[in-house]
Amino acid sequence: MPHRIEVGSRVPDTRAGVRKRKFQEFPFGKKIRDVFLVDVYTIDKKFRAKDLKKIGSALSNPVTEKFSVDAPIKMPAFDFAIEIGFLPGVTDNIGHTAKEIAQDLLKVEFKEGETVYTSQVSFVKGKITEMQAWELGEGLANPLIQRIYVKSFLEYKKNNGMGTIVPKVKLVHTPSVSEVNLNVSEDELVKIGKAGIANKDGSRRGPLALDLESMKVIKKYFEGLGRNPTDVEMESLAQTWSEHCKHTIFANSMDEIGEGIYKYYIKRATAEIRKKKGKKDFCVSVFKDNSGGIIFDDDWIITDKAETHNSPSALDPFGGAITGIVGVNRDAMGFGKGSKPVINLYGYCFADPADKSPLYKGENKSQKMLSPKRILEGVVAGVNSGGNCSGIPTPQGWVYFDKRYKGKPLIFVGTVGLIPRKVCGKPSWEKSAKPGDVIVMVGGRVGKDGIHGATFSSEAMDSGSPSTAVQIGDPITQKKMSDAIVKEARDLGLYNSITDNGAGGLSCSVAEMARECGGCLVDLDKIPLKYPGLDPWEIWISESQERMTLSVPKKSLKKFIDLMDRRGVEAVAIGEFNDSGKCTVVYNGAKVMDIDLGFLHDGVPKKHLSTKYLKIKYDEPNVDCPKDLTKTLHDMMSRLNVCSFDFISYQYDYVVQGSAVIGPLQGKGKVNGKASVMAPVLSSHKGVVISQGLYPRYSDIDTYHMAAAAIDTAIRNAVSVGVNFDKLALMDNFCWCSSDDERRLGQLKQAAKACFDYSTKFGTPFISGKDSMFNDFKGYDEDGNKVKISVPPTLLISSFGVTDDYRKSITLDVKFPGDLVYLIGDTYDETGGSEYFNYLGHIGNKVPHVDADKAIKTYKTFLSAVRGGLIVGSESVSIGGLGVSLARMSIAGQLGLDVDLSGISSEMRPDFLMFGESQSRLLVTVNPKNKSAFEKAMEGVTIHLIGRVRKDDKFDIKGLVKTNIETLNKFYRSTFKNY
Amino acid sequence: MKPKVIVMAGYGINSEEETKFVFEKAGATAEIVHINDLIGGLKKLKQYQILAFPGGFAHGDDTGSGNAYANKMRNNVWEQVRKFINDGNLAIGICNGCQIMANLGLIPGFDGIYGDRLIALRHNASARLECRWVNIKATSEKCVWTRDIDIMRCPIAHGEGNFYMEKKVLDRLNKQDQVVFRYVHEDGSRAKGEFPCNPNGAIEDIAAVSDETGRVLAIMPHPERNWNFYNQDNWTLLREKAARTGGKLPAEGQGMKLFRNAVRYFK
Repeated sequence: MPHRIEVGSRVPDTRAGVRKRKFQEFPFGKKIRDVFLVDVYTIDKKFRAKDLKKIGSALSNPVTEKFSVDAPIKMPAFDFAIEIGFLPGVTDNIGHTAKEIAQDLLKVEFKEGETVYTSQVSFVKGKITEMQAWELGEGLANPLIQRIYVKSFLEYKKNNGMGTIVPKVKLVHTPSVSEVNLNVSEDELVKIGKAGIANKDGSRRGPLALDLESMKVIKKYFEGLGRNPTDVEMESLAQTWSEHCKHTIFANSMDEIGEGIYKYYIKRATAEIRKKKGKKDFCVSVFKDNSGGIIFDDDWIITDKAETHNSPSALDPFGGAITGIVGVNRDAMGFGKGSKPVINLYGYCFADPADKSPLYKGENKSQKMLSPKRILEGVVAGVNSGGNCSGIPTPQGWVYFDKRYKGKPLIFVGTVGLIPRKVCGKPSWEKSAKPGDVIVMVGGRVGKDGIHGATFSSEAMDSGSPSTAVQIGDPITQKKMSDAIVKEARDLGLYNSITDNGAGGLSCSVAEMARECGGCLVDLDKIPLKYPGLDPWEIWISESQERMTLSVPKKSLKKFIDLMDRRGVEAVAIGEFNDSGKCTVVYNGAKVMDIDLGFLHDGVPKKHLSTKYLKIKYDEPNVDCPKDLTKTLHDMMSRLNVCSFDFISYQYDYVVQGSAVIGPLQGKGKVNGKASVMAPVLSSHKGVVISQGLYPRYSDIDTYHMAAAAIDTAIRNAVSVGVNFDKLALMDNFCWCSSDDERRLGQLKQAAKACFDYSTKFGTPFISGKDSMFNDFKGYDEDGNKVKISVPPTLLISSFGVTDDYRKSITLDVKFPGDLVYLIGDTYDETGGSEYFNYLGHIGNKVPHVDADKAIKTYKTFLSAVRGGLIVGSESVSIGGLGVSLARMSIAGQLGLDVDLSGISSEMRPDFLMFGESQSRLLVTVNPKNKSAFEKAMEGVTIHLIGRVRKDDKFDIKGLVKTNIETLNKFYRSTFKNY
Repeated sequence: MKPKVIVMAGYGINSEEETKFVFEKAGATAEIVHINDLIGGLKKLKQYQILAFPGGFAHGDDTGSGNAYANKMRNNVWEQVRKFINDGNLAIGICNGCQIMANLGLIPGFDGIYGDRLIALRHNASARLECRWVNIKATSEKCVWTRDIDIMRCPIAHGEGNFYMEKKVLDRLNKQDQVVFRYVHEDGSRAKGEFPCNPNGAIEDIAAVSDETGRVLAIMPHPERNWNFYNQDNWTLLREKAARTGGKLPAEGQGMKLFRNAVRYFK
C-alpha cells in the first residue's frame, strides 16, 4: 500500500492568499471566504512508520509547516477539497526531488517502479456548489496533463481524507516490431502517409505526414532491397523528411528560383556580406549547426538561436513554453563542442487576454481551447520557470497582440551562448563523430513524450496511458547536464561531437551525427526508459526532453560516464558510430532498421512550388483628426502593443551571472526597453547587444515592407542603445500560415526577398533561422460555426552583436531638466498598418518604407555623436510612433516635456504625425551645452529640435496634447495592472 | 593570508561562477566544488577558510527552497560543516544559499549551537519570483562582512525571500545584533513592509541575518550581482550626472565591499 504524506502551513501562507484571490476572480468568487493549501507526497514504496516520519520532517519546514503520515492533516473547517495531481507518465519534478531526499536520508534505493508522486489540495471555505468546486479545479489544472479530484467536506470526513491515488503508467502491451506492407494500392499508401501505420486493431498510429510521392520513393527504395520496411524505418524516415526537419518549403524550388528561397535569399545574403567584409568578417559558423556563431573577441565566440514552440504552447501553455525555453538552451549547448547559455530571449504573440469568447477544436462545443488569458499566463510562467531555474538571465523580450493569434499563439524563445574559440587547442565550432566512437545519450530518460504531436483523446488519457503530446520540462535535470558538459566534460576533451535531441529525438540526432563519420549502429535495448512497454519505434523517435547525444571515443568513455555519475547525470552508451554508410538499429538482437544514410538524408523527393502575389487595396480611414489628441495619446499608451509588460520583466531574472548592463526596464520610471546589453565575459568591457523587430500587421498590406521594417527596427533598436551595427548579426523566424496556398507563398517570397535586400544593404548577415509554416487553427466558434483562424504572416527578426565598450551604452530615459529633445530622421505620411490605424479600426495602405542607404547614414552619424558623448537619452521610434516614444522617454525619466511638432511637417495631419510609424527614426535628448556640437555632428542627416525636458511632470505637445507623467504612467500601466 | 574560498555547486545552484569571480576580484583564491565531490571526499572543507553557498535553484526549489540541498549537506557532511564554522572561518549564503543556510540551521546559531531550524524563507508576498533592485542598510555592528557599509544597492531575484520566524527568535536576533541588512528607501528610512521597497514581505524588512559570531552571513539580495558599477540599474543616469558635475565614476560596484571585507578578515 502506498503511503501519503501531507504537508500544510502552520502560519499564514502567501501562496494560499494568491490562490484565494485567483478563485475570487470567478463569477461566484464572492462566496469564497478562505483557501488553504496542502502539498501531498504519495510514496509508492513500503516504509516503516518511523522512517515515514523522518521523510515527513525532511519534506517540510518546522518553522512554518506541519505534516501528517497516512492520515489526513488537521485542517480548519472547509466546504470542498480540490486535489490536482499529474496524469500517468507526466514528468513530476517535485516527486523526483522528494524521492532523492528519501533515498539520501535513509540510504535506501527505490526499485524500478517505486517512486514518489506529488499533488496539491486546495481546501476551500465558502458556500459554493460542487459544480463550482470543479470549475475552480478546471481553472487550475490542464486536463491534458493533470487530474482533478473534488470532495465535499462530508465525503472527506466519511472517507477519512482524499484517499490515495497512484498515477502509475500501466502498459499491458508487449513491445514489438512490425513490418509495413507497401505493396498496396495508391490509396492505401496515401492513407499510411496521412493517418499513419495501421495497428492490429485497425486504428492508425498518427500521421507520418508523407505524401504519395514520398511514399512511392520509399516503396521503390525498399523494393530495391527486396523487402518491406519496418515500422521503425517508416517512422524514422517520416521524422527526417518532415517539414520540421527538412524545411521543404524554404528548400524546394519556387517559381523561377531553382535553388529555393532559403539558399537564394537568406544563405546567399550572408555569403555576399561575408565576402564583402573580407578580413572584417565576424561570422564563424552559420546555418549549419544548432546555433549560429560570431566572434566576440580574441578568446570567445557568441552563439545565438531563436525557436518557436507554438502548437505545444496552445495545448499546454506552461509545459509548451518551458520545453521551448529549455529546448533552445540545448541549441546553445549543441553548438560546436558546447556553448554555455548566457542570455535568454522571448517574444509572445497572443490574442487579447480580455477576449472571453471560447473556441472549440471539435464539433458541438467539444475540445474547448484554452482562453487567451490562460495561454498568456501559462506561457509567461513556463518561461519564468525554465529560464529562472536554469540560471540564465532573461533581459530581452516583447509581447504582441492581435486577434488572429487566438487559435494559435506564437511563442518565440532564444538563447545566446558563449564558447571559447579554442577547446583543447582545436577550433571549438568544429566537431565530428569518428568511426568507433561510442554513442552516448545523456540527461533525461525516454518516455512516450511528444510522439506524433497532439493526436490523442483525453479519454484515453484517464485510463492509465501516458500523456504523449505535451511534457513538462525539467530544468534542473537539464541544468545538471548542462553544467557537467559545458563547464567540465567539454574542456577535458572527453567527446568528439555533440548535438541536441529535439524534434525526432534520437532518430534525428544520431542519424545527423552519423553523417559526420558515415554510419551508426544503435541498440535500442540499452536506452533507459521512464517506464516499460514502449515499442521500439517509439523509443527511437520519442521527443522526451533534456537529452543530448554525444560521440565519445572509447578511451574516454569510462572517464566521461564516471564524471556524469558524480554530477548526478544519467549517461548511457547506446551504440557506436561507424563508416558503414548505414543507419542501423537493433532491438532484441535483431536488426529493426537498416537504411542507407544517403537515402535517409537526401532521398526526400524535390518539389516545385508556385506562388501568386496579390496586393489588396484597403479603404483609407475616413475619420477626421480627433480634436483632443490628449485622450488619443492616453488610449494609445494603454494599447496592448504599447503598454508596459513589466509584470513579465519583474519575474524574469536578468541579473544572474553578474552580466547585466542594460536591462529590461529603463530609467527611474521603469519603461520596457527595446534592446538589452549584457557583458557575459566578466573580465571584458565588450558586451553583447540583443534586440528584435516585428510588424505582423504590415503583412496585411505588403510583406516586403513588413520584413524591411522588421530588419530596420531590429538594427535601429541596437543602434539606439549606442551599439554599432558593423558587428551585428540577424536571425529570421518565419511564422507563416496556410503555406499550401499560393498567395501565402507569394507573401513569403516577398518577405524573403526583403531579407536579402536589406541584410546585404546593412551588412548584417543572417546566421541562423527557423520557420513554422502552418500556424492555422481549424475549429468552431462559440456558436458552433466552423472557423479557420490564420496568424498574420509573422517574421521575427532578432539582432545580436558585439559592442566594443558597453560603458558607452545609452538608455531611453530623459535625464535632466532643460535637456533638448531632437527627432532624428524623416517622417512621412506612413500610417498604414500602424497601431494607430488598428485603434481606429482600419488597416490603410501607406505602409512605412525603409530607405536603407539613408538609414545607414543616419545610424552612422548618430553613432559618431554617441562616441562623442553627446547623447544623453535615446529611443528607437517604432510601434505607436513619435507620440508614444515621447511619452515613454518622459515616463522613464520621470520628467515632463515641452514639445512642438510643427517644425517637422506643417502639412501632415497631426494625428498621423504623432502616431505614424515611419522607420529609421530616433528620438534623443542632448545637454543644451552640447547643442552646437551635436548639431554639427549630425550634419547631413535630418534632425528637428522639437522640445525640451521640463523640471516638473507636465507633458505638453503644443496645440495637441496637455497632460502629465502621472496620468500617462497610469494609462501605460493600466492594461496589465492586475497581472 | 590569502583566504581560500570553497564555492559550492551542483543540482541547480547557478551563481557559482560570478561568486568565484567576485571573491577572486576581492583578492581571495576561489574554487568551485560540486557537493558530490565534498560528499565523496575528493575535497575537504578544512582546505578552505571561506564557505560560500551561491544563488540558484538547487533541486528546483522542490519541497521548499534550499531544503533538498540542505538535507544533502546535513545527511552527508554535517560534521565537517559544523567544525568548519566552529574553527573561526567565514561563511556566506546568498539567495538560494541563504535559504540553504536557514534550512541547515547555520543561522541563527543561538548559543553557538548550529543545526536548529528556527528561521524560514517563505514565499514572497506576491507568490512569484521578483527580480528588482533594492536598497539595503547594514545594521549590524558585529557582522564582519559589512564593516564600513551603510546603504547598498543591489538586486534581488527570488521567489521565496520572505524572512519569517517566531517572535522570540526575532527578539533575540534583534537583541543580539544579528540582523545584518534591512530593506530601506533610498534615503535610508525603513521600508516598513511597503512593496516594492520591501520586495517580499519579510518580517521587519529583514534582508540578511548572521549567526551569533557575525562570521556566518545569510543574505537574500545579491551583492555579487552589483560587482560592476555598470551592473547597477541606474548607472547611465549616474554617468551623465558625473559628466556634468566633473564627478568620478566608482571603480567597481557597491557589492564588492562585502567580499573585500571577508578577504580583509584574514589579513
